[in-house]
Amino acid sequence: MTTSRPRFLAFRAFAARPLAAAALASLSSIAAAQARAPASIPDTLEQRVAACIACHAPKDTAGTRAGGVYFPRIAGKPSGYLYNQLVNFREGRRQYPLMTWMVNHLSDPYLREIADHFASQHPAVPAPPPAHEPAAVLARGEQLVRRGDPALKVPACIACHGEHLGGVAPGIPGLLNLPRDYVNAQLGAWRNGVRRAHAPDCMATIAARLDPGDVAAISAWLAGRPTPPGLRPLERAGHPLPLACGSAP
Amino acid sequence: MTRRLLLPAGALLAALVALVIAAALAWPREQYIAAASPEAWAATSANIARGAYLARAGDCMACHTARGGAPYAGGRVMDTPFGSLSTPNITPDRATGIGRWSADDFWNALHNGKSRDGRLLYPAFPYTSYTKVSRADADALFAYLRSLPPRQAQNRPHALRFPYDSQLALAAWRLLYFKPGVFEQDAQRGAQWNRGAYLVEGLGHCSACHSARNGLGGSDAGLGGGLIPTVGWYAPSLTSDSEAGLGKWKEDHVVQLLRTGVAPGASVTGPMAEVVAQSLRHLSEGDVRAMAVYLASLPGTPSARREPAPRPPQQVLDQGGRLYRQHCLACHGANGEGLGPYPALAGNRALTLAEPVNAIRVVLNGGFAPATAGNPRPYGMPPFSHVLDDAQVATLVSYLRASWGNAAAPVTSAQVNRYRAVPLD
Repeated sequence: MTTSRPRFLAFRAFAARPLAAAALASLSSIAAAQARAPASIPDTLEQRVAACIACHAPKDTAGTRAGGVYFPRIAGKPSGYLYNQLVNFREGRRQYPLMTWMVNHLSDPYLREIADHFASQHPAVPAPPPAHEPAAVLARGEQLVRRGDPALKVPACIACHGEHLGGVAPGIPGLLNLPRDYVNAQLGAWRNGVRRAHAPDCMATIAARLDPGDVAAISAWLAGRPTPPGLRPLERAGHPLPLACGSAP
Repeated sequence: MTRRLLLPAGALLAALVALVIAAALAWPREQYIAAASPEAWAATSANIARGAYLARAGDCMACHTARGGAPYAGGRVMDTPFGSLSTPNITPDRATGIGRWSADDFWNALHNGKSRDGRLLYPAFPYTSYTKVSRADADALFAYLRSLPPRQAQNRPHALRFPYDSQLALAAWRLLYFKPGVFEQDAQRGAQWNRGAYLVEGLGHCSACHSARNGLGGSDAGLGGGLIPTVGWYAPSLTSDSEAGLGKWKEDHVVQLLRTGVAPGASVTGPMAEVVAQSLRHLSEGDVRAMAVYLASLPGTPSARREPAPRPPQQVLDQGGRLYRQHCLACHGANGEGLGPYPALAGNRALTLAEPVNAIRVVLNGGFAPATAGNPRPYGMPPFSHVLDDAQVATLVSYLRASWGNAAAPVTSAQVNRYRAVPLD
């Protein structure tokens, strides 16, 4: 296969092809014929879902950290979680019109296949952007993530999302290497009832107990945490979840 | 003196208005055809299966289901230039659905556009097309809807502006644009043609989108293409070869496009993707072929004489070419020839429509063709709304419309901006 990267990201490789073609042409007429033929499009799932990479790549084509904008990382999240989100967009339990548009007429089996594909991807993780929040905010964030707040009846994030925040198969996402604004938006959407999950919707319950300051503290602290190399979702939760969750049975 | 003249004039005007209103209300816009027998809507598995198929052909579920909601329980809000309509619950719930309806009530809605309580229905429910459905098919549809699990879901009121919210306005509209009547076979044509015509003009209600509507929402029921109001897509003409006319198209490819969502050089998007996903992919090959045969037989509309399009300035072409090479070339080819599953842009009719909205929206939003049995794992196109600004999209689309033999007018960033703001859902 000449192009393992999806085609629309491969324009630089395409531009370089005439040189390679010239070199091959002298070797054999078959090679020359192949080089003249239109570049073939690989019949792969990666190529079919290349559209997703336009937003969800670790870096955009200009080399900017794409996640630093808004769009969440999807690579390496548990497949069940990704599948639930794709279906949630299609069924209106999550609100992002462009995502609903993309998955609107895709079937469950295809969405499952797409989820499996991205769950199996583990690209190199860029270093987190430096945190600018005051130390007290970050300390509050760390407290909520690691220990929770019994007074608010808010469990620690790590109680469900894994000791190292890498998520738990099949349905609980990792929380590292996500843009701060994205995490803010999700907790806000849960507070407002705009993002929903299968009942009982544990995250809606928890988000309702957080005030905007706590949300900002959690997202700031999470966004500044480096991702340990080789971090993967846990195979299963080591202990019962503190709340019943419809999407993490 | 003036007063004495005004009074009789006023009275005359009032009398005239009253007369028009009386005529509008009294004008026969109803037609009753009896069911063959009560067996026609009996809850037999044959009736129910036939009704389920006809419901697919009529795409009933698409409008009568809210996103993520129970099938046929209504609640989808449809924006129109006259306000928004909320589709009703047509499950057999007795309190909130059509559980108390008789087969005659259902026929009356489908054929005459009247609800069980006598209210006139809004033609967003395309009874101007459904009126062509035979009584036997209406009865099978009724048997199917009666077989659905009842869902309790209260209908929400429409939010239409005055005067569109009045029954009187509707009566007047019907006087102008609606005449009930079932489809009549054309004895000069074969069974396949007649079947196709019945589906296209009746349950398929293709003209609901593929014909232009006037300021009152009336259409000529032709298939000459039209902008779908508020949705922000252009449904191309099915009779003009410069748009989506079938004249130069292989019948097999038309059938393939309608049943699988993709065909050589073409794929469906926007509202048509929904039609394929919810309706056409469920129909038999024979029925879809009949529709293609009928559509291909329609007299071609001579392409409207378009003024030769102004060519974009060289600077726009240069900048557009750069954007093309950066973002599009890898899939659509160095000469717009299209690679593999990605359609050619050279000679692409969807791209060069006089109305550029579809081209603009495809660049902004990308998207996937619907997943169908014939194309279960569609290829996608990335959205560019977050990568390119309005001026860049305008430059790129202008370039595409003026390259490789394409000769359509350039677009402006104001046009791009307008369609960037149209809700996607």
